[in-house]
Amino acid sequence: MKLKKTLFVALGLAFAAGAAHAQLKVGITVSATGPAASLGIPERNTVELMPKEIGGQKVTYIVLDDASDTTSAVKNIRKLVSEDKVDVVLGSTTSPNSLGMIDVAAESQTPMIAWAASSRIVEPVDDKRRWVFKTPQNDSHMSTAIVSHMTSNNVKNVAFIGFADAYGEGWYEQFKSVAEARGIKIVANERFTRTDTSVTGQVLKMMAAKPDAMFIAGSGTPAALPQKTLKERGWSGKVYQTHGVANNDFLRVCGADCEGTLLPAGPVLVAEQLPDDNPVKASAMTYIKAYEAAHGKGSVSTFGAHAWDSGVMLQAAVPEALKKAQPGTAEFRAALRDALENMKEVPAAHGVFTMGPNDHLGLDQRARVMVQIQKGAWKLVQ
Amino acid sequence: MDFQIALILGQDGITNGAIYALLALALVLVFAVTRVIFIPQGEFVAYGALTLAMIGNNVFPATAWLLLGAGIAVAALDGLGALRAGQARKLPRVLAVNVGYPLAVIALLRLLPLAELGLAVQILLAMLIVVPLGPMMYRIVYQPIAEATVLVLLIVSVASHVAMVGLGLLFFGAEGYRTPPLSDARFDLGSLSISGQTIWVVAASIVLIVALALFFGRTIYGKALRATAINRNGARLMGIPPALAGKLTFLLAALIGVLSGVLISPITTIYYDSGFLIGLKGFVAAIIGGLASYPLAAFGAVLVGLLESFSSFWASAYKEVLVFTLIIPVLVWRSLTSHHVEEEE
Repeated sequence: MKLKKTLFVALGLAFAAGAAHAQLKVGITVSATGPAASLGIPERNTVELMPKEIGGQKVTYIVLDDASDTTSAVKNIRKLVSEDKVDVVLGSTTSPNSLGMIDVAAESQTPMIAWAASSRIVEPVDDKRRWVFKTPQNDSHMSTAIVSHMTSNNVKNVAFIGFADAYGEGWYEQFKSVAEARGIKIVANERFTRTDTSVTGQVLKMMAAKPDAMFIAGSGTPAALPQKTLKERGWSGKVYQTHGVANNDFLRVCGADCEGTLLPAGPVLVAEQLPDDNPVKASAMTYIKAYEAAHGKGSVSTFGAHAWDSGVMLQAAVPEALKKAQPGTAEFRAALRDALENMKEVPAAHGVFTMGPNDHLGLDQRARVMVQIQKGAWKLVQ
Repeated sequence: MDFQIALILGQDGITNGAIYALLALALVLVFAVTRVIFIPQGEFVAYGALTLAMIGNNVFPATAWLLLGAGIAVAALDGLGALRAGQARKLPRVLAVNVGYPLAVIALLRLLPLAELGLAVQILLAMLIVVPLGPMMYRIVYQPIAEATVLVLLIVSVASHVAMVGLGLLFFGAEGYRTPPLSDARFDLGSLSISGQTIWVVAASIVLIVALALFFGRTIYGKALRATAINRNGARLMGIPPALAGKLTFLLAALIGVLSGVLISPITTIYYDSGFLIGLKGFVAAIIGGLASYPLAAFGAVLVGLLESFSSFWASAYKEVLVFTLIIPVLVWRSLTSHHVEEEE
């Protein structure tokens, strides 16, 4: 697969040298190695499934790895816009990387679609962020889903434990503001790190606060550790997680200890269980089928779907931009930016995108569902 | 905090401390004999744990290919050396040990029904794959520069660490694994409940420490290592080849690393890059022992484990900060005391 990718990139470069016109160049920086690799690898795999032709134009994808490192991500986007002269940049996987890339995108007037979640990537839409869009839901989408589930299930006191980094801190701020507005009290606030071998201390303190529910804000398999420890210490009440755990590796690592866990997630996670009239179902199933055909059954993850959605956006916006200019020009990049901003009701794997001059995310409440882990599988909570 | 919580935290701290103690001992040993600050020590923890997890999931562990690759490299180095020295008759033995053995292990892995084997056999297989990587690493990476300065050896260690983490991502993927516990038993002592795994970890650490003490005190190889640690040139004059001492040391270090991995992976999820931080905490403990004293290093490891567990209760956001800050007063105290020693000399 490595070789295939190298060939793919090399071929892309060869074509780029040969024909300067009549093809769309998409530059991508993705965290395929380093701490964010479990998100970046499905995203990189998804790029191989993206459309090879849009609006009659051949599409070339130039994929670079930034190793989850902000400096490399910025270096990558500089290389993409100055050497490869791409028409649009996709990525990167993590919020710090994407935030760092904004300046270069604005400076070179290249539209950029980020695959990272932080709302600060696209808010507020100022002179620089005019050029920046993103596909993943804001944390506030997800925290309102959790809080409304809590209020309707009579949860009054919550103990919080999150990653000791931007992810956990961001969630704590988001969750606190929404929860306190709805009268939910946070009775414990703890932190742990991805590499911790034990969270017994934190868990004991959380249990001593006697909450109605536990809330764990971590991403990927490390978020299983607090939950396993809670179970070991005899906690049998509700446990909430974030959409950061919505991949099958989490189910594998956490096993029976995570039975009954509640979390908000993008609808793609439970696409098959969505009612047929849900506008997201068909577009989400398209992605799942394409990914599983290439990588095997059960291999799909919600992270790759964020990358897929940027491809869906391009498919909607590029034909509009082509009416105004040819790829490879500054006019085309500006036209593409305008077309992205004017997108209306475009169904994708994670929701329906309707952008506007002040909304460069474009998702609404159709972009999230509450999910429960039942018998080792994701179940849609109606 | 009441007494019961303190007991639970103490138990947790001692369990982790026991594993840090093993790693600290390995670090002290490697530094004493070869002057290498062995940063990739943690990678052997992750490789051991993840190789075991692969075997348990009935997946062919890719580390076996690394074993073969490293074996071929060692065979090429040793083979060329033997040919240059005009000792062609040594070749069959070099090939059998370095290429034949990995091939035999790979054949074994292919033939056995991996997932159906007992946990003990799976652990043995994981050790057969990962432990020989230690001496092979010494032969390929460190032996050619054995006489270099400590700083050069340290830089090479960092490079090997980065290479091994990268290979780990390639072999095991980005996601973590847990292995089944060695024992599901739970014992209730008053209000305290002790898990079988905790007892395994502490007992295995104590057994290993006693075994190491016996090895160094009673066997000729152990004494040779001690002699090399005290005075390399003197040991060489007495007929102890430094290359043998180096390989033996790395064999022990890899063995300790893999055992630590097997012990810790039922307690926490291990990732391809988890080893570094675990190894680093062992390193803090080794520093407390001045990279020279085994009992002080073991004591330091338990201290690190307890500090970690209690600070996770009181100030979870600053846990790592507190653990690594511990190194500063230790260094100050160390530099003050070693200054006196120099004056006395």
